[in-house]
Amino acid sequence: MTTETHVHHPDYVKIWAILVALLIVSVLGSMSSIRPVVLAAAFGVALVKAFLVAKNFMHVNVEKRWVPYLLVVCILFIVILFAGVSPDIMKRSGLHWNNDAAQKAVESGAAPSTPKNE
Amino acid sequence: MSTQVHHAEPGIFQKYFWSTDHKMIAMQYMFTGMAMALIGGFLAYVFRMQLGFPNKSVPGFGIVTPGKYNAVVTMHGSIMIFWVAMPILIAAFGNFLIPLMIGADDMAFPRINRLSYQIFLVSIVVLLASFFVKGGAFGGAWTAYPPLSASGAYNLTPAGATLWLVAVALEFVAFLLGGINFTVTTMNSRAPGMKMFDIPLVVWMIVLASVIFMASVGPLIAGAIMLLFDQTLSTGFYDPSRGGDPLLWEHLFWFFGHPEVYVVLLPAMGIVAEVITVFARKKMFGYKTILYTAWATGVLSFVVWAHHQFVAGIDPRMANIFTVTTLLISVPITEMVFLYIATLYGGSISLTTPMLWALAFVAEFMIGGVTGIFLGASGTDIYLHDTYFVIAHFHYTFVPIAIISVFAGITFWYPKMFGRMLNETLGKIHFWGTVIAFNVIFIPLFMTGVAGDQRRVYSYAQFAEQARPELQHLRTTSTIALLVMLSFQVIFLINFFWSLRNGKRAEANPWRSTTLEWTAPSPPPHGNFAELPTVYRGPYEYGLPGRAEDYWPQNDPS
Amino acid sequence: MSTSAKPIANERHVTGIPTARLITWWVIASEIVIFGGLLSVYVMHRLGHPEWAAAASHTNTLAGAFNTFVLLTSSLFAVLAHKAADAHDGPRAAKLLRLTSLGGLIFLTVKGFEWTHDIHEGYVISSGGFWSYYYTLAGLHGLHVLAGMIIMLIVAADAAKNQELQRVECIGLYWHFVDIVWIFLFPLLYIAR
Repeated sequence: MTTETHVHHPDYVKIWAILVALLIVSVLGSMSSIRPVVLAAAFGVALVKAFLVAKNFMHVNVEKRWVPYLLVVCILFIVILFAGVSPDIMKRSGLHWNNDAAQKAVESGAAPSTPKNE
Repeated sequence: MSTQVHHAEPGIFQKYFWSTDHKMIAMQYMFTGMAMALIGGFLAYVFRMQLGFPNKSVPGFGIVTPGKYNAVVTMHGSIMIFWVAMPILIAAFGNFLIPLMIGADDMAFPRINRLSYQIFLVSIVVLLASFFVKGGAFGGAWTAYPPLSASGAYNLTPAGATLWLVAVALEFVAFLLGGINFTVTTMNSRAPGMKMFDIPLVVWMIVLASVIFMASVGPLIAGAIMLLFDQTLSTGFYDPSRGGDPLLWEHLFWFFGHPEVYVVLLPAMGIVAEVITVFARKKMFGYKTILYTAWATGVLSFVVWAHHQFVAGIDPRMANIFTVTTLLISVPITEMVFLYIATLYGGSISLTTPMLWALAFVAEFMIGGVTGIFLGASGTDIYLHDTYFVIAHFHYTFVPIAIISVFAGITFWYPKMFGRMLNETLGKIHFWGTVIAFNVIFIPLFMTGVAGDQRRVYSYAQFAEQARPELQHLRTTSTIALLVMLSFQVIFLINFFWSLRNGKRAEANPWRSTTLEWTAPSPPPHGNFAELPTVYRGPYEYGLPGRAEDYWPQNDPS
Repeated sequence: MSTSAKPIANERHVTGIPTARLITWWVIASEIVIFGGLLSVYVMHRLGHPEWAAAASHTNTLAGAFNTFVLLTSSLFAVLAHKAADAHDGPRAAKLLRLTSLGGLIFLTVKGFEWTHDIHEGYVISSGGFWSYYYTLAGLHGLHVLAGMIIMLIVAADAAKNQELQRVECIGLYWHFVDIVWIFLFPLLYIAR
């Protein structure tokens, strides 16, 4: 079965070079002590890289419209999951319950490491 | 215009165990699902005998200790949902019907199809193996909440717990593969002329169910990996003493668990839609509305999950939100039921066995749906949570889904599958025995639930409030009704297997239906159609004035 | 067990998308919710546990960055393989796919060294919150890299004979997705805040 060329092939090496440059930016930026810079370097760059890969390597924008919509809907479901679950998970105590171990860990500044022996 | 490749006559292994033909794979799933139903039914027998006749030795099993009770209850639930309802409703009917109803010669990916059954079979082997390991089968309930499910010291079935988890994970993989195959086939492999809204409802529903399953199971796969590591690698994802959170599992589980009930409900409603249009000789009332409603239900099903967790200590503001969304979701389903009733209204109804089952689905499911309202409202749920009221509610939804609609589908498509007719008299006896007994099992359980009977309790002897004779009478009545219902299944099995060889030979279209599967021979050969059909109209053209016949097949060019 | 007679169902394409690519998109959609589920659970814990930054500082950022570079480069090879397949140059596509696979192997090898070092330092999967998620996330991702490599080599074997060239693009799509997952894992796991 032959493949019909359904995409116009851009200069992939150029895209790759941009991606590598962005990687370097994100590593350098993460060494900064200014928090917004670190966040932008780490996650802002990640978003841009992901977008570049999706557009130029996966040709998502050339695909039938519903394909990126489907993928976005899947991401939206994860956002709903986050919205519904994080109010419980990101708390240390709630209605009639406390998570003492987590509370202690956050306060002491170290992750709890000794497993309770069963 | 067919391009049949001539195959040499396959040997027994090739034909029955290595086939890529969607119809054979459908039969594999169907018979496996039926066998698992016998096991699941036996397990129900065991625990209901313990509840109806406490602490007496159960014939065919022995004394039901508390540990064994937990395992039996866990396995009953798990088997019925994952290894009976899903395989028969989605994999068996989906595999059999989709290529036939869309006018194709097989699934788009037959070898992936075969692989999905093989993985499914491995999941069953793993699950059944768990009965024989040290400690026995997992006893932490099908919901597997940690820390009970994570710690062998608590659940007393550490090997069984891990095997159960692996079996469930394998089943998920099998259904992901199968479901994606169904979706791609329905999207791409339709006969020329079959537009989106010419697709029969049962195909739409099975595809929707596959998509909902796929979108909801991801977080649970992640959560199951975490639980597996908690069980085997001493991680503490759900261990509060290590900063973890059992509530996390509950959220991940129910994020899947609630859409899952629509994953099984939609195919059941699809089957019922096919049956009622044929036996009312009437077009589906509001086909597009039903479809849009089903989509909306699917989407809405992703935002109701925490109604299973109202008393688990979730943020009360979330409880408010989830109450509203849960009560909202009853609206589209009710609307679909109304549309089904509107389809029947004014129709020329023949009460054949499949039609009886389809009508019973509508009636019984409504009871299930209405009782769900009490549970969806967080206030009443505080009292009713974890009581037998919940059990009765979900059996009034699950039994119509997994049993009643399955019988509707089997009795309806049996002629196509096997080339023979089932015996109508036996069919009707089986129907009435099953449905009446079913109600006598669960109505008492609504009552004992409201009276305070807690779930997953092997004996109420220690609970003075529950140990009253009036309640015990209700439990015993329920048990006896189950014995009656199980006995009537023998009639079905006799009818099913006897008719395979001795039933009246079926013609291609004994029910005079419009959809494409009835244009193929009964049973269809490899490749399905001597000549692949072209489609000219929708799937429910019945009762058209001015035409000689009261039905107009989809592929009829006239 | 390569190209047996395909059913007509496989060759029809009512949506306008060839079935192989269609199924690949659905597979990717299902993987988005699997990884998305695990990632969002990690994120909500990470946001709630600022003290995990201390643990996260022990991950080898250089190894992580190098691995990011390796995957990006392997993605380049994968898309060049697609271009070659589109030009009906099966042997070239096969060669590029095998280079992609090699990239996966380098990725996993680096990870192997990285984890060996971490384990020697005493950071195992049961060492507590951050590490449990670290190994689970990277482990699940690594499994997908391995599976991708294996499928890629199978596709390359057919492509070298100019067979089933449409699969080159499809395995490439899967590989790009695995790359994108890592693009997010890298800052989440390696860049301590």
